[in-house]
Amino acid sequence: MMSVRWLLRIARPEVWRLVAAAVLGSLALGCSIGLMATSGWLISRAAQQPPVLYLTVAIVAVRAFGIGRGALRYAERLVGHDAAFRVLARTRVQAWIDLDRAAPAGLGKLRSGDVLANLVGDVEAVQDLLVRAVLPIAVAVITGTATVVLLGALLPAAGLVLLIGLLVAGLAAPAITLSVAGRAERRLAPARAALTDPVHELLTGAADLIAYGAAGPALDRIAGHDRKLTSLARRSAAGAGVGAAVGATALALTVVGELLVGVQAVRAGQLPGVQLAVLALTPLAAFELTNSLPAAAQHLVRGLRAVDRLRALEELPQPSVAWGNKDVIGHTLKIAGADARWPGASHPTLQDISLRLDPGRRIAVVGESGAGKSTLIATLAGFLATEQGLVTYGGRPLTELDENAFRRQVVVCAQDDHLFDTTIRNNLLVGRPDATDAELMSALHQARLGAWVDRQPRGLDTTVGERADQLSGGERQRLALARALLADPAVLLLDEPTAHLDEPTAAELTRDILAATRGRATLLVTHRLADLDDLDEVIVLTHGKVQRRGHPADVLQPTPTN
Amino acid sequence: MPAIDPRLLRYARTTRVFLTLSVLIGVGQAVVILTQAWLLASIITDAFLHGAGLSDLSGRLTLLTITLVTRALLAWVAEVTAHHCSAAVKSELRMRLLHKVVQLGPRWLTGERSGELTTLATRGIDALDDYFSRYLPQLVLVCFVPLVVAGRMFAADWLSASIVVVTLPLIPAFMILVGLTTKQLTARQWAALQLLAHHFLDVLAGLGTLKAFGRSRAQLGTIERLADKQRKATLSSLRIAFLSSLVLELLATLSVALVAVSVGLRLVDGRLDLQTALLVLILAPEAYLPLRLLGAHYHASAEGLGAAEQVFSVLDHDVPDQGTASVRADRTIELDQVVVAGNDREGAALDGLSLTIPAGKVTGILGPSGCGKSTLLAVLLGFIRPDSGQVVVNGIDLATVELAGWRSQIAWMSQDPVLFAGTVFENIRLGRPYADDLAVRRAGQAARVDVPLEKVIGERGNGLSSGQRRRIALARALLLDAPLLLLDEPTEGVDPETEQDLLGTLPAAFAGRTVVLVTHRTALLSLCDQVVELAPAEVAA
Repeated sequence: MMSVRWLLRIARPEVWRLVAAAVLGSLALGCSIGLMATSGWLISRAAQQPPVLYLTVAIVAVRAFGIGRGALRYAERLVGHDAAFRVLARTRVQAWIDLDRAAPAGLGKLRSGDVLANLVGDVEAVQDLLVRAVLPIAVAVITGTATVVLLGALLPAAGLVLLIGLLVAGLAAPAITLSVAGRAERRLAPARAALTDPVHELLTGAADLIAYGAAGPALDRIAGHDRKLTSLARRSAAGAGVGAAVGATALALTVVGELLVGVQAVRAGQLPGVQLAVLALTPLAAFELTNSLPAAAQHLVRGLRAVDRLRALEELPQPSVAWGNKDVIGHTLKIAGADARWPGASHPTLQDISLRLDPGRRIAVVGESGAGKSTLIATLAGFLATEQGLVTYGGRPLTELDENAFRRQVVVCAQDDHLFDTTIRNNLLVGRPDATDAELMSALHQARLGAWVDRQPRGLDTTVGERADQLSGGERQRLALARALLADPAVLLLDEPTAHLDEPTAAELTRDILAATRGRATLLVTHRLADLDDLDEVIVLTHGKVQRRGHPADVLQPTPTN
Repeated sequence: MPAIDPRLLRYARTTRVFLTLSVLIGVGQAVVILTQAWLLASIITDAFLHGAGLSDLSGRLTLLTITLVTRALLAWVAEVTAHHCSAAVKSELRMRLLHKVVQLGPRWLTGERSGELTTLATRGIDALDDYFSRYLPQLVLVCFVPLVVAGRMFAADWLSASIVVVTLPLIPAFMILVGLTTKQLTARQWAALQLLAHHFLDVLAGLGTLKAFGRSRAQLGTIERLADKQRKATLSSLRIAFLSSLVLELLATLSVALVAVSVGLRLVDGRLDLQTALLVLILAPEAYLPLRLLGAHYHASAEGLGAAEQVFSVLDHDVPDQGTASVRADRTIELDQVVVAGNDREGAALDGLSLTIPAGKVTGILGPSGCGKSTLLAVLLGFIRPDSGQVVVNGIDLATVELAGWRSQIAWMSQDPVLFAGTVFENIRLGRPYADDLAVRRAGQAARVDVPLEKVIGERGNGLSSGQRRRIALARALLLDAPLLLLDEPTEGVDPETEQDLLGTLPAAFAGRTVVLVTHRTALLSLCDQVVELAPAEVAA
């Protein structure tokens, strides 16, 4: 119910378009039914050989129905799709707003690519929900009601027979289809999953398997899983089409039922004989309206589930700082006696942390994974509000500052920083939209990626590919660094820029980062202890607390690095 | 409108069975349609004009019930048959696809492809269900139900039949015409829609980054603008794309209307009797029904055809010819002017490499990353065939050698070794599934595996560090006891102490074997009898 209400809220501005589409669709379907019913009457009446004049209205109506059907259906589909696309756009916007409120600290597992892809699928499903479920169902209800009423006006019993037939075909048949499909899916899903894993292993590990002569056995194992899935699918096949068969049987019995009540009524003089054909032929056409319902029911269930997941986005935690509207007046980023906790965590990840990042000062934060390094960055950046203690920038608490003003001064460059599937230029412009090409190149050179870009035939227009898969790990980090440098922030927060790199690349990048950030307030979170001697302070975090801090030479005992 | 791809018949033989069954069911349906129309017409006529009561009609009413129920049953049988055959066809295609992929080998199967193919081989192929259960049976019906119906109409009233005969061919003709003009347009539109969904996914994935730069709110405008632009463009193409169904619906219903009016007027003149008129009226829509349903199921089928198309495009690949010669790997290997062109993804290439790998010795390969070290090993494994030059073993060109036999003599540890879900034991046994436990333990010891061999590991070695993964892969290579050992950075990610340990155990494992050792660790070079340094390759522009 809540998901229906959510959908109504999103779709409200387009409601008249949707109504128009439903009306057009009903008229189109009404034309088919009207064509059959009127033709039946026309022919029966003509058999009595009246003057042609008496048939004129029917003839005109038959022709009009003949033309109207196609034209109205065409209009319905255009109006319906227009409305659906509009609702789709609004859904997309709503999802963005909900996610933006929670981002990045409140997103949890929504950060994984697969989960996001499913979410995008859910957004797209809203369109199918409207075009393939809501509209067909509305059209079926409107047209069905009208037909039952009209047939009932000729002969009440005939209307009743049609009503029962339509209810069986329109409710029971879709319900059976849904339950059969659901049961088959429950049986097949585990078998399908069991097949996916070895297929994935074969395809990702093909080189190792082939080299070790193990591809044959792997294929045999897959064949075994495939046989199981296939035999299950074959056994489920009998259920397919049961719903449709029930619908078709309902049609059969309705036609016969109409003939039974019709013939008796004609004999009893309750029904003029010319109308008998109307009774018998109307169901043949009317059942077109129930044909689409089994599929519509499936789309409805699937679509409402998707809407349910989209609605849940509203309930994501919003752990970020509640921002104010004051401007920035100074450039010292300071955190004092702060505790911070991720949404849903049982313990604070940071406890009683204090540090001060004055202009030009550079601090490294090191520690095991899980020590709270990334949490510290999220807290300093205002992504995660403190439970206790205060984060201030230029002396003002973050809660007083305007978020955009703050973001222009303090930039985070995270290890999982996203590179967009577009050109190098567009990726950089995220850092500063009005930058010139010269500024872009200068930032790239600072990140020591300039020479590489110069070598590319398309230069700044080189595309980086999906998830930047055209770049090496080191190039990716350098591009993200260049983007942060381009923004020219007063404070740069770097979260594990060397996390996924091999050791030589990591060492080289660390040295380049230190060279590029000289003179800029920088907090470098890293798990590497080497190459940090140049910094002003090193803080060692353990279990969310400061374990040691001081000048690099004092804090970092000469230990072998990795 | 696509007919049946002949490759479907070739690659999935069950399709033939299915088509045969569909034809039989279709014949049954045609018979039922004719019977139903005749019964309805005669019952209505007798009840209306001749005052027949239920008792006079009971026989025909019973027959009508049977006929109509039979029609429903036939539709059900058709659907069951379709799902049955579809399951078999999917299985055939899936296994053929996977066998083909293994034949095409790892060089062809790059990272991106493996993900796509996993989806295709599992969920992607499922789209064929709709193709089989909806589209193909309709296609069969389209081929003869209209003919049978029109023939019956012709026997009853040639004038009405000729209306159907004239309009019916117009429908496919128009649809093809509209289809041709819109095909490119709609394909482009769908591609653009895909792109929009992809773009949305991309910006969603980057939401955190945009937020860090204070640009997430600004993106909202872009999302709205793009969606609006897309909607307008899509609608303008739909306006044309929907024309084909407009033509279909218009012709189908209009000609029924024409038939109705025509028989009505002739009834008035007494040139036609009521029963014939009703028969013609009931039959007329049946002539168009298969085509209308085919049009309605077209989209459902397009997805299935798309999946099939993807499978076929893999199956149509030529597998490079393999040689038949066999050669022993414990001989000196000569590389003579071997050239491998780099591809833009990996870039690694060999540019006229000549090299002698002496039998029974350890050859170290050094060089900066991207200079083609791993490519060299792939050439030795036969994964990559040199674009020019040759690899000669014992006087025989590797290109003429039967590769499975050649590889059975090689133990290879790749730079990024893949572990499989299962125990560590099973992973080490990969190349020798029947090796006894003791041999496995010994190999594990030699490779300094520090994980209990009974430990169950997840897919791709989840839960292990990269150093642990490498050592298990090393144990796997050592267990194989092959005369030729190819090791790609065996100590990468391994801590210095363990590396020292390995320096102690490896010489024994290397003894008597030809070893090619790719590394940038100077420590390992002490194990080598000769060291070859590869020059950095020119980055292909």
